[in-house]
Amino acid sequence: MARGYKGGKPMAQGYNGPLERIDECRWRIPKDAEKGMRVDGIIYADDRLIELIRKDRAPEQVANVACLPGIVRASYAMPDIHWGYGFCIGGLAATDIGAGGVVSPGGVGYDINCGVRLLTTNLRREEATPVMQSLISTIYEHVPCGVGVGGRVRFSPAEEREIMARGPAFVVERGFGRPEDVEHTEARGCLAGANPGVVSDRACQRGQNQCGTLGAGNHFVEVQAVDEIYDPDAAARMGIKVGTVTVMIHSGSRGLGHQVCDDSLRMMESVIGKYRLQLPDRQLAAAPVDSPEGRKYLGAMRSAANFAWANRQILTHHVRAAFAKQFGRSDETLGLDLVYDVAHNIAKIEEHEVDGRKLKLCVHRKGATRAFGPGHPDIPADYRDLGQPVIIPGDMGRASYLLLGTEQAMRETFGTTCHGAGRVMSRRAAIRAAKGRSIKKELAAKGIVARCRGRYALEEEQPDAYKDVNIVVDVVHRAGLSRRVCRMRPLGVIKG
Amino acid sequence: MRPFEITDHTADVGITAYGATREELFANAALGMLSIIGDPDTVAPKQAREVQVQASDPAALLAAFLAELLFLLEVEHFVTRRADVESVSDTEARATLHGEPIAPHHDLHTEIKAVTHHELTVEHTEHGWRGTVLFDI
Repeated sequence: MARGYKGGKPMAQGYNGPLERIDECRWRIPKDAEKGMRVDGIIYADDRLIELIRKDRAPEQVANVACLPGIVRASYAMPDIHWGYGFCIGGLAATDIGAGGVVSPGGVGYDINCGVRLLTTNLRREEATPVMQSLISTIYEHVPCGVGVGGRVRFSPAEEREIMARGPAFVVERGFGRPEDVEHTEARGCLAGANPGVVSDRACQRGQNQCGTLGAGNHFVEVQAVDEIYDPDAAARMGIKVGTVTVMIHSGSRGLGHQVCDDSLRMMESVIGKYRLQLPDRQLAAAPVDSPEGRKYLGAMRSAANFAWANRQILTHHVRAAFAKQFGRSDETLGLDLVYDVAHNIAKIEEHEVDGRKLKLCVHRKGATRAFGPGHPDIPADYRDLGQPVIIPGDMGRASYLLLGTEQAMRETFGTTCHGAGRVMSRRAAIRAAKGRSIKKELAAKGIVARCRGRYALEEEQPDAYKDVNIVVDVVHRAGLSRRVCRMRPLGVIKG
Repeated sequence: MRPFEITDHTADVGITAYGATREELFANAALGMLSIIGDPDTVAPKQAREVQVQASDPAALLAAFLAELLFLLEVEHFVTRRADVESVSDTEARATLHGEPIAPHHDLHTEIKAVTHHELTVEHTEHGWRGTVLFDI
């Protein structure tokens, strides 16, 4: 297998190892494909996507993750899979805690609880489009974004620790949102076992001025309109009709989470010998969940996750204020209700049935979304019979989706589905591909208003840099990992 | 010898940096990282900062050194234009950083979230020292 990269041109290499077709949506990397694999690798893709997937080195990373101690069933990759660091993006791995299963900070990533939330409004598409230019400018003024831009709200170090311990419930008490927002957030925005006491001073310093900031890269606030409904009953329950204006917010735990991951990775690297772990990539450094290092990481990771939910909550507050200003009405009369908020970079302790036995697992979702099926107690009461809402952002030119979790996902992928479209083109290749073009004008021709802070943000994030989200969602829908409720088309977007 | 090359990755960006000595490699890696974040020519070396970092091995040390520069950028808003790296051992590096506080004309366009340890290397080759680093964008 191509593991020889020590400084060449990595994008030139693809994956040449074995990939066996299981059915029209599933492919297998058999566990004898590489030394050290404990389970098979399973990739969800159709014929169109698998060709793209072979072109980068993500399948090799799926095989590497299959080497983690305690991994059960398989190392999974969703159809939005692409090459990451350590884990692939779009990766899912569950380890059996009782059997010495490990937790790996690389299986969550630097942007702990990067995630996305969806708001609905009472506005119709035709009310929003005439003022989109002005609305996007107003959102841009209200939402701090870009490199080195601090938040509009200051929290003391003691308040920052409260945010890490309690998540959005704390900031809602301070006036940044509505109590029902918390109910419609995965895990109510507060993972039990968060331990702000083990978060380093450096991490706290990085987070100090960043709660309520969007960041840069692929983070965004997007105004959309629903253009297609697949499940009218479920959509109606969520207040969604064709033409409904929606808002999607994508951000994470900012510098605080990045530092927690960095600190934890160094800690885990220093104990690889202690736990006699044999790992194919140092970014996969890990420790048993049930160990001092495992507990310390989980305590810090959960703190960062709660911080991320609070961050998206404050961003929501800023977006509501922008809408209220634009339309000259209170945000409540405009709706702006939170449909749901999902994490897509996280590790959670969950109980799942494996080979007829209920096991306590550490489920790593790295660019993958929880998608619990109907009836699960962790789904808010008003959606419980439907299944968990899953929000899938696409690129800024095509579409985004609202899905629901399924029983099939519970049986097959520990209740997990994809998280987005998945990149297909490197950032530099995207800038080269945009040479001589104006992405802003191309989007405007499609009726999409874009504002960004970074000089290359639109070029790097152009629609062609991503797989077609319609195909990605088609695969998870056909595989039964989640089912479509509706599709949204972008009207306007702000990027960092 | 070129000081550094930027390497492609599907979602992120990396560098391969070179140097006749490890000190030069570290200095060039710092410049490479700044060239991803913004345009180094817009940053003036007006102020100096002393840094000292430790790590468990030479490759982790390069990552820790670059992470220190990111920390200064994010928390103290100090942009490093040039690193005068005084000493690099297997586990410790000392440097004087020359730069200035972030200003709008720096046009910092890319946020580096972190210095990853994915295929992180520092090695001595027949042409001198070479290090590869991937950044999470």
